[in-house]
Amino acid sequence: MTTQALDEIKIGGLGASRKRVEDDRFIRGKGNYTDDVVLPGMLHMEILRSPLPHARIKSIDASKAWEIPGVHLVLTGEMMATRNLAWMPTLSYDTQAVLATDKVRFQGQEVACVIADDPYIAKDACEAIEVDYEPLPPIVNPWQALASDAPVIRDDKVSQADNVVYNWEVGDKAGTDRAFAQADVISKLELHYPRSHPSPIECCGSVADFNRATSKLTVYMTTQAPHIIRAAVAMVAELPEQMIRIISPDIGGGFGNKVPIYPGYVCSILASILLERPVKWIEDKTGNLISTGFARDIYLKGEMALRRDGKILGVRMHTDADHGAFFSDAQPSKFKIGLMHSAFAAYDVPVAHLTARGLYTNKAPGGVAYRCSFRVTEAMFFQERMVQAAADDLGMDQAEFRRMNFVKDDDFPHRTPFGFLTDSGQYAKCLDVGLAAIGYENFRKEQAEARERGRLLGLGISTMTEPLGAGNSREYDILGIKMFDSADLKVHMTGKAILRTGARGQGQGHETTWAQIVAHELGIPADDVTVEEGDTDTAPFGMGTYASRSTPVAGAAVAMVSRKIRAKARKLAAHLLEVSEEDIEWELGRFYVRSSPGRGVTIQECAMAAYSNMPDGMEPGLENTAYYDPPNLTWPFAVYIVTVEVDPETGVWDVLRMVAVDDCGVRINPMIVEGQIMGGLTEAYAMSSMQFITFDADGNCVGSNYMDYLLPSAWETPGYELHSEVVTPCPHHPIGAKGIGECAAVGGPAAFVNAVIDALTGTGVRNIDMPVLPDRVWEAITYRRDVSGAPPVRQD
Amino acid sequence: MFPSRFRYEAPHSLDEAISMLHDGGDYVKVLAGGQSLVPMMKLRFASPEMLVDINNIPGLAYHRADPDGSLHIGALCRHADLEHSDLLKETQPTMAAAAPLIADPLVRNRGTLVGSVCHADPQGDWASVMMALGASVVAQGPRGRRAIPIAGFVTGPFENVLEPDEIAVEAVVPPAKGARSGGYLKLERRVGDFATVGVAVAVETSGGTVVRAGIALTGVGGSTIGATEAAAALTGKPLTPESIAAAAELAAGAAQPKTDHRGSAEYKRHMVSVFVRRILGATAPGATERAA
Amino acid sequence: MTIVYDDLGDEAASEVPVRKIRFTINGQKKVAEVEPRLLLADLIRRGIGLTGTHRGCDTTNCGACTVLVDGKAIKSCTMLAVQVDGREVTTVEGLASASELHPIQEGFKQEHGLQCGFCTPGMMMAAKALLDHNPDPTEEDVRWALSGNLCRCTGYQNIVKSVLWAAEKLRAEA
Repeated sequence: MTTQALDEIKIGGLGASRKRVEDDRFIRGKGNYTDDVVLPGMLHMEILRSPLPHARIKSIDASKAWEIPGVHLVLTGEMMATRNLAWMPTLSYDTQAVLATDKVRFQGQEVACVIADDPYIAKDACEAIEVDYEPLPPIVNPWQALASDAPVIRDDKVSQADNVVYNWEVGDKAGTDRAFAQADVISKLELHYPRSHPSPIECCGSVADFNRATSKLTVYMTTQAPHIIRAAVAMVAELPEQMIRIISPDIGGGFGNKVPIYPGYVCSILASILLERPVKWIEDKTGNLISTGFARDIYLKGEMALRRDGKILGVRMHTDADHGAFFSDAQPSKFKIGLMHSAFAAYDVPVAHLTARGLYTNKAPGGVAYRCSFRVTEAMFFQERMVQAAADDLGMDQAEFRRMNFVKDDDFPHRTPFGFLTDSGQYAKCLDVGLAAIGYENFRKEQAEARERGRLLGLGISTMTEPLGAGNSREYDILGIKMFDSADLKVHMTGKAILRTGARGQGQGHETTWAQIVAHELGIPADDVTVEEGDTDTAPFGMGTYASRSTPVAGAAVAMVSRKIRAKARKLAAHLLEVSEEDIEWELGRFYVRSSPGRGVTIQECAMAAYSNMPDGMEPGLENTAYYDPPNLTWPFAVYIVTVEVDPETGVWDVLRMVAVDDCGVRINPMIVEGQIMGGLTEAYAMSSMQFITFDADGNCVGSNYMDYLLPSAWETPGYELHSEVVTPCPHHPIGAKGIGECAAVGGPAAFVNAVIDALTGTGVRNIDMPVLPDRVWEAITYRRDVSGAPPVRQD
Repeated sequence: MFPSRFRYEAPHSLDEAISMLHDGGDYVKVLAGGQSLVPMMKLRFASPEMLVDINNIPGLAYHRADPDGSLHIGALCRHADLEHSDLLKETQPTMAAAAPLIADPLVRNRGTLVGSVCHADPQGDWASVMMALGASVVAQGPRGRRAIPIAGFVTGPFENVLEPDEIAVEAVVPPAKGARSGGYLKLERRVGDFATVGVAVAVETSGGTVVRAGIALTGVGGSTIGATEAAAALTGKPLTPESIAAAAELAAGAAQPKTDHRGSAEYKRHMVSVFVRRILGATAPGATERAA
Repeated sequence: MTIVYDDLGDEAASEVPVRKIRFTINGQKKVAEVEPRLLLADLIRRGIGLTGTHRGCDTTNCGACTVLVDGKAIKSCTMLAVQVDGREVTTVEGLASASELHPIQEGFKQEHGLQCGFCTPGMMMAAKALLDHNPDPTEEDVRWALSGNLCRCTGYQNIVKSVLWAAEKLRAEA
């Protein structure tokens, strides 16, 4: 039988490394980022920030600021309070100050803002505002927060008597205690995952434009979730939701930094309403690093119950999370510590118990951000560091210990000890591919020989699986709003199409890859499908792009809406071919008559018919929308292996090789998937080697600019060897894809850290907190002791 | 992120520039590369009333060796000129080692050695190199020209001895008394990072004996530290493992590091000693090393 | 063309000194009146309206603002606009001709050298400066030349490939 099916790769379907549609404007410098937006009459806003980490505000005198020519408005907390806008709700059922009224609660907190003709003038005016502070003792870590004489940071909350945000637990305490009672060996580990920051190169900002004549508010904003913002603005500013238009234009990187609602957005909106002119606020890098959604800053106390032969019998974890001054995490509401309890999902651990506590401190609010999938970065880092320590404690080979405890291929579906259901994976195969690629046996030989000559080589393994695609409506919501996503597809009469989704990419290439899904489902060449995201006036409602949820959820919606279209096209085909629907078959791009395959119609012909030749009773047009409530999370898996050499005299370590084996199910666009992996590995390298935010004993933030918050350049960043041999399609996703955006950032850091710890075998060192800086390595080697990095930073 | 207001002039001759400095007011700064000054002004750590931009003054962009063997670096000689200089690679190992380690390639296209030395940042690399070489800064003002030895040039963090109406027009490295060797090692976590520790070593040997030595330290004190005792421990004898070890220990002792987020004082002192040994133990002159 | 300002009174007008500068940008001759403190990046973005050059940081680290001044790659956030008086500025918008992309731009597309695109103009300008004086760089040369430009998305490996792709194409065309 002859086929006239189109070549899927040629039309840019699944598996095609299609060149990116987005590139055309970016390489010409014609991107449209928020700071590129210029509206007639636009004014500029700058924020005055607190220099102190914790202080009562005695007075604010803005009179000199008002006198500066070109200043139109100075906003203070007091003025916001008269409009009930000094405080706003967070995405975690807490409240956050928009502009400080009674106290400042972290260094860098927003105290006032100035709107002027020009950002330079606005900055001059900020400097002219006089604030009288009465300093209070600062709290820079959970232990200070818990001290009996600690000041209550959130004395604005009537019911808050201490600095505890929440206590939470999951798992089986009694069962875990029994497992520990039977253990031959108990392996313990304590560590700090330091505060980090997603720090996309583009900072946050907004251009708010309230049109008094039409009562419409349009806000251009660096947001990964425009529909959430629209809902929040409607509720907080009490404006009618249909009169609010949030436009998320091109975004220069998100990584979770651009999900929360920041005071700057709120102030720019209010200023625009008051002044009836567009108001642009673009923060500077210091503002971004010191005040916006940071990541991590969480302490682990972990224990593993082990049988002598290496079987893990049970796991106990306790985490203390430093949330800063306000609990503002964007995460599924039911889970106070995000998806921390996804830890050990890939290992066959019969029972486990996790307790989690959250603390307020005098630091910026946040915790869930930075390619973390809602704290899965922490979960997998803790897991792999505990696994490393356990194998060492048992005297077992690192690879074999992991292999013997992996969930086996035929054990799916598998209920994890914390209650997740994983459905697919080939963990052992991924490990095999990684070990072969790195030349594991050979390396161990080389390592032993080198050690005799005083050279320290090390190898680190890290594995991860992560719950992507949050999530099913039974369990997942943010402030009660369910976490589905959507796709709207309009096929025009000439067979070209426009697709809009509720996602909002920030470099992941949605404009390229969603069209590939349509090409796969409908045979319309990807080049004929335009993809738009980010304008709440035109995009169907979605919960935005973060936590690697877009391929699993929005991508699924794209497939489903394409199938709805194809179902209608099938009816049109039957009508055109004058047969009944049961006689119609489909091949890529074409419907044909089963008994006479030469007789067929293309999808384009069906599209034309939808507007010009419909069967009786059929609604015209070929357009539809799909909302997708994912039945479960998807579970990509990866093995990362790093080899390093450590210079014992200086503590400096260099990466020799970095091998990544990623099984993310079906890859829509292999080129883009690899780009995501390399980006994530670089963030993993950054976190493990140089990048962190800390605080001194006075509460001053160290790491609030790029001189102290270090991002690796092309010179330091290692090269990567990527492997894609293992493909385990997701059994429930319409195209079998699992998502990839964060995997390498989740699993990568432990590989680097484990490698350095492995190089130090024989010194008794079990932990060096990230970033594993040369001075920490040197201290560990010289004094044969673990090195912590928790704040306050040691200072003379 | 934006500087405060200031007045600006861009003279076309040194004399014009000097009289602008003289008449300009209380707080006038010279603008050469601007890669240290402009960032400070943007953060409003410095708010001069007036900038005198010397970039349009001809005849200052040179670096050359005079017949007597001295090296002259003009006020507008950029770090990049020095990084790509064959003259430096062939005759000045300490400088050639340091040049690529200044900031990053883009900053190196604008920043100047003379400007960097005048800026007197305790974490400035060139000041250590100049100190190890026993260089001097030539200043020109209404009262004429004078050569200021580098050891007395910096008086504290971001402070030097120039009068308000003097401009530094060149740096001069004296002629060598023997064959030059040495290098500059900098512990930085990535390109563009400030030095956690930087060590400049410049040695001249003749007939197997060290006839001149200089060791200077970056980032381990309130300003650049000249480790004179350490250098003295090398002089007047051949370079041996013993003399190198002695110099390394003395250099570490001369350091006054502080414990901070870049590391403990103990570690920084240790790294001074390691760098001295590695520079002097290296068989190839001007070996470079960077962290991570 | 007429520009209208808010009238802030005579006192205010005398406080803001402006300077007239003449310069060339992407081959076009311009005249501007600017405050001395105006940064070159802001002259380019707001004064002229070429928004391809980006502001990323406030400490001269990230390189998103990289442009060429008299052929040298520099960070336009750390240069004053008044300093380009008499000079030639090239921005990303000056790379392509009306119809054809520069091989560097092509290379970034062919080798997936960008994701969010924010660091890309700066990367390409730094790459252009490299290839203008070293047409056959090694991978190490490329990484070194770009070490003043930060990227969060790509991990640099594909950026290096993009520049090497462009170098090969330029050599073939030469």
